[in-house]
Amino acid sequence: MDYQELITESLLTLTLNKVRTGLAMLGVVIGIGSVIALMSLGQASQQSITSSIQSLGSNLLTISPGSQISGGIRGGSVQTLTYEDAQAIANSPQITTLSKISAEFSSRAQIVAGKNNTNTNVTGVLPDYADIRNLAISSGSFITGLQVSSLSKVAVLGPETVTDLFGENVNPIGRTIRLNDQVFNIIGVLQSKGGSGFMNQDDLVLIPLTTAQKLLFGVDYVSSISISAINEKVMTQAQEEIARLLLARHKISNPEQADFRIFSQEDILSTVTSVTDTFTTLLTGIAAISLVVGGIGIMNIMLVTVTERTREIGLRKALGAKRKIITAQFLTEAVMITFLGGIIGAAIGIGISYLLSTYMSLPFTLSLKSILLAFAVSAGVGILFGWYPAQKAAKLEPIEALRYE
Amino acid sequence: MTPQPLIKIQNIAKVYQTGEIQVRALDNVSFKINRGEFVAIMGPSGSGKSTLMHIIGALDKPTSGQYLLEGKNVEKLNEDELAEIRNQKIGFVFQFYNLLPRTSALKNVMIPMMYGGIAKEDRARKARSYLAMVGLQNRLEHTPGQLSGGQQQRVAIARALSMNPSIILADEPTGNIASKQAIEIMKILDQLNRKGRTIVVITHENEIAECTKRIIFLRDGHLEKDKPNKKRRNLTKIAL
Repeated sequence: MDYQELITESLLTLTLNKVRTGLAMLGVVIGIGSVIALMSLGQASQQSITSSIQSLGSNLLTISPGSQISGGIRGGSVQTLTYEDAQAIANSPQITTLSKISAEFSSRAQIVAGKNNTNTNVTGVLPDYADIRNLAISSGSFITGLQVSSLSKVAVLGPETVTDLFGENVNPIGRTIRLNDQVFNIIGVLQSKGGSGFMNQDDLVLIPLTTAQKLLFGVDYVSSISISAINEKVMTQAQEEIARLLLARHKISNPEQADFRIFSQEDILSTVTSVTDTFTTLLTGIAAISLVVGGIGIMNIMLVTVTERTREIGLRKALGAKRKIITAQFLTEAVMITFLGGIIGAAIGIGISYLLSTYMSLPFTLSLKSILLAFAVSAGVGILFGWYPAQKAAKLEPIEALRYE
Repeated sequence: MTPQPLIKIQNIAKVYQTGEIQVRALDNVSFKINRGEFVAIMGPSGSGKSTLMHIIGALDKPTSGQYLLEGKNVEKLNEDELAEIRNQKIGFVFQFYNLLPRTSALKNVMIPMMYGGIAKEDRARKARSYLAMVGLQNRLEHTPGQLSGGQQQRVAIARALSMNPSIILADEPTGNIASKQAIEIMKILDQLNRKGRTIVVITHENEIAECTKRIIFLRDGHLEKDKPNKKRRNLTKIAL
């Protein structure tokens, strides 16, 4: 009796009781389906985040305010960075690696244009912001140095914000919006960068930093300073030079107590990756629990089957089936259930992740790894939970089994 | 020198322990069966004939005593070796046919060959010829549910023949079959015996035992009588 025969025999037996086979399969279908869907969605969102971070360029450094530690007490301040810090970095002769610099202050605000209004992120920026962040203008112009120094009420809008406020295919240059009851002239519209949901890069309003600080939000600090270094090779040197200057300016002698942090894109990437990895693992783990539950369901069905087919097992043994053949027969049945369940589950999982990634405009990734894993796991579940019933069948005494009513 | 007997049962006992009580199902039973014999093992219920059938069929081992099948000590074999003996040497015919439900006659006959390592290509051909031997050449694809009791038992006989065993061991083969078909079954067994098959029938019916050449009579686990059947019914004269 070879494998091919075992498989055809067990398929035959399984088709004799389709409803039961289907129900036994369901647990594995759901388990494998959700594992595959979650794994590929996790990968897709990670890819999307990674590519949007990488699109900012690998020579980008971001300085963000950190908490100040004094006397072992961590202060809660996030107001440690100022426009003057950015100017000092820009003008310092000690910093040789700097190419461009911008300081930003960012906050959400209600924007009104005529009868329409929307709530989005308003960021005060410096002229180099566009270059540092790889933003391109589709029409109009970007914020100039003069507009920054003169506290001009001008705004550059993201394409989605334009659509939200003015509708499709409208050129808003020259029109005005109201931010917190102040009128701003629209001078430019950005090109679309894609992304959606929490990763949306097209829904934003940019205004001069000074305008944001003094006229709009009334603050004297910045949320972050963005810097592009002259090239990728000097990233570490740039980080060190800037840190030294800021520590001196903030009168902090111990670098451990710095009230700011400097990230490269790589730092951010690795943090984000580790976070999304953790989430993917966690969700996949939860999905895997349903696989175990499905496996127990299969064990239950197989135990019932063994009891039901006691006479058949007795007969097969009487006709010369050895223990290992009976074991193989029942194990094959269990594995066929989980394997078929695995195939159906994988198809459903791929379908779901395709639909969801289309809906969430994420890249659709089909990871071979997750599919192979799903098949290995489903076969493993079959062997694991089919083993005990198969052993029980193999150990039946032929006389007892033949007598069984 | 007499030829080695096919079956040699020597001082066999089978004791069942149920709680405190010991039941001696077989006690000191000895006999030999030679090749080509047609034997009935008779006895009322509880006489131990089923236990004896299990031991001869290598489905069970005796508590004590020796069982030699073609010179081989069956009582010393392990479970898998017993399975091999059942597969190669013994063709079972059961009272309740024990065919696989929803499985064609042809497939049922092929089961022992599947376990016996007969090449896949040969199985269907052999099964067809054995089914033809019992007159079922037109019922190959019928499942047990589509066959009468007598026909089902004939499939079982074809299955018993499939591995060309040393003996056919029939346990109440007509116990569940209408009398006309029962005679048909006995006729088939008789014909097989005429072609040289060794056949052992376990029965409690005199009519069936009378068709055989030798009757072994058991009572309360003891061998009471063992003698040739002198009033043998001539089955060749019975028209069907």
